[in-house]
Amino acid sequence: MPALIQVENLKKYFPVGGKLLVKQWVKAVDGVSFEIYEGETLGLVGESGCGKSTTARLLLRLEEPTDGKVLFEGKNIYKLRGRELKEFRRKANIVFQDPYTSLDPRMTVFDIIMEPIRVHKIDVGDPEQYVLKLLYEVGLNESHMYRYPHEFSGGQRQRIAIARVLALRPKFIVLDEPTSALDVSVQAQILNLLKDLQKKYNLTYLFISHNLAVVRYMSHRIAVMYLGKIVEIGDAEEIFESPLHPYTRALISLIPVPDPFQARKRKKLMIQGEPPNPINPPPGCRFHPRCPFAKDRCKKEEPKLIEYSKGHYVACWLYS
Amino acid sequence: MPEPIVIVEDLKVYFYTYAGVVRAVDGVSFEIYEGETFCIVGETGCGKSVTSRALTKLIDPPGRIAGGKVLFKDRSGRYINMLELDEETLREMRGKEIAYIFQDPAAALDPLYTIGYHFIETMRDHGTIRSNKEGIERAIELLREVAMPAPEVRVKNYPHELSGGMKQRAVIGIGLSNMPRLLIADEPTSYLDVSVQAQILELLRQLKEKRGLTLLMITHDMGVVAEMCDRVAVLYAGHLAEIGPVDRIFMNPLHPYTQALLRAVPNPTRRMLKLEPIPGNVPNLASPPPGCRFHPRCPYAMDICKRERPKMIEVEERHRVACWLYAKR
Repeated sequence: MPALIQVENLKKYFPVGGKLLVKQWVKAVDGVSFEIYEGETLGLVGESGCGKSTTARLLLRLEEPTDGKVLFEGKNIYKLRGRELKEFRRKANIVFQDPYTSLDPRMTVFDIIMEPIRVHKIDVGDPEQYVLKLLYEVGLNESHMYRYPHEFSGGQRQRIAIARVLALRPKFIVLDEPTSALDVSVQAQILNLLKDLQKKYNLTYLFISHNLAVVRYMSHRIAVMYLGKIVEIGDAEEIFESPLHPYTRALISLIPVPDPFQARKRKKLMIQGEPPNPINPPPGCRFHPRCPFAKDRCKKEEPKLIEYSKGHYVACWLYS
Repeated sequence: MPEPIVIVEDLKVYFYTYAGVVRAVDGVSFEIYEGETFCIVGETGCGKSVTSRALTKLIDPPGRIAGGKVLFKDRSGRYINMLELDEETLREMRGKEIAYIFQDPAAALDPLYTIGYHFIETMRDHGTIRSNKEGIERAIELLREVAMPAPEVRVKNYPHELSGGMKQRAVIGIGLSNMPRLLIADEPTSYLDVSVQAQILELLRQLKEKRGLTLLMITHDMGVVAEMCDRVAVLYAGHLAEIGPVDRIFMNPLHPYTQALLRAVPNPTRRMLKLEPIPGNVPNLASPPPGCRFHPRCPYAMDICKRERPKMIEVEERHRVACWLYAKR
């Protein structure tokens, strides 16, 4: 599988308050590198504030990076201008978490789905036929076409948001917590829809979620972020069956399992405290103050991301 | 067998809105035994939060408790009907007998006051302390009990100076400050990260053991149910679908809704190739479907399901279900 997206040493620092002449920076994303292959789903997990949403926004060029580059089909997206940039915006798109705020309440479903097509001046033949086809694609029908967002449930709204993205025939879609605002019974509908569409159109997904069970269900590969860095990346099954980094091991052991017998048997790797402030991240390995296996070296030197087994990378001194 | 601390009988909470009467909780009965962890699980709008708030009549207009009884066993062992008490007595009961922890700890704390002041206010209202000095001392003790790091410092902090996990610890501490016997936790970890969620659940478990509390947990997360609860009630659209011991609910779910719910949730410890979603949507409670409210989404729906509401039937020991599939005819 060729890489559709290559991320190289990507950084994004945001300025914060600070004193006069002494600027302080939140290092939201601090040097991440990875690839996303065509037709796969890369799951991005981590706790709030770890930089996963910023990474996603950088990949779509919704933010300009502090440093580093992102190659999309071999071209650096931060160098794109004019027509090429517009073409990139057509190919790479996003579905947001909250379908209650991402749809304009004053537009009908038809207008919502047609808007990107008008912006990109794409010839789709009969607009009504085109929108109808998209509605069927996401499990809606002609009776929904001229209604307004408030007439729909959360799950249906998310279907509309997906149809709007599909309208542009994209290659790459960022799914930023697409089911977190939905009920469990509806969540499964949307997840299955996304999987079916991926197969049908060979779509590439970056799937962001804090719900690790959902990430496992959706992803081919998984990247784990902690305080702006990727600490582990690899095949989804391997990450869940034999996680390496102590942070990944803890996260996986701490997910509540919907099975009381398993829940009693399972060993938990508790980690203390909460993620520290990204303005002054701890020196050395950023996880060391919470890590049950921290050694002296972890406090001083930062571990590099190394390939532990084929395609499975980890940044931890336990493995070098 | 311990005695029930709460007996809810045929509870009805209706909301009188412009769109019509919303029957948010429509004839729900259950009991909570002393010392157990009881869970109410269900999706948005199933009435789980409304049920928990109705236990101390915390229902604001246009909502109204339209019927039923909530019997609470007081310290002398008598059962009193909470719904017949006057507001002053209820205020005394809230906090001292029954305390709440809500989902969003940031909304539960006043940004203008220090953490210590929140403790003082709560305890002063119930006459638990005599002076502010005593209040601060008690607050530090309580913060230590909920494993707050550096409690002497934190007691002087304002809410914005604490992280999400620490705020929730403070809220739990405040909830415990008047020694309640029943603690109601409404989605206490939904706003928290996985690692912090695990810490808070562990804390609740320890506090329950140490203080001999009864815990009522409201959640939508089947994982949290499996980890925490002794008995479970499954609510669907304002009706009780099923109630029973946690092991039986997961091993032998009786109601088609419970069965479907368990198949729709991904399990993080297994590789799952296909989830089975529940078709359709949760019904609008202003015009709920007649009969069994799950029938439009139920694969086993029969004629009678569309006409008559099923009664609760005990299928195995302590395991009851409201479904026509189990009715003897």
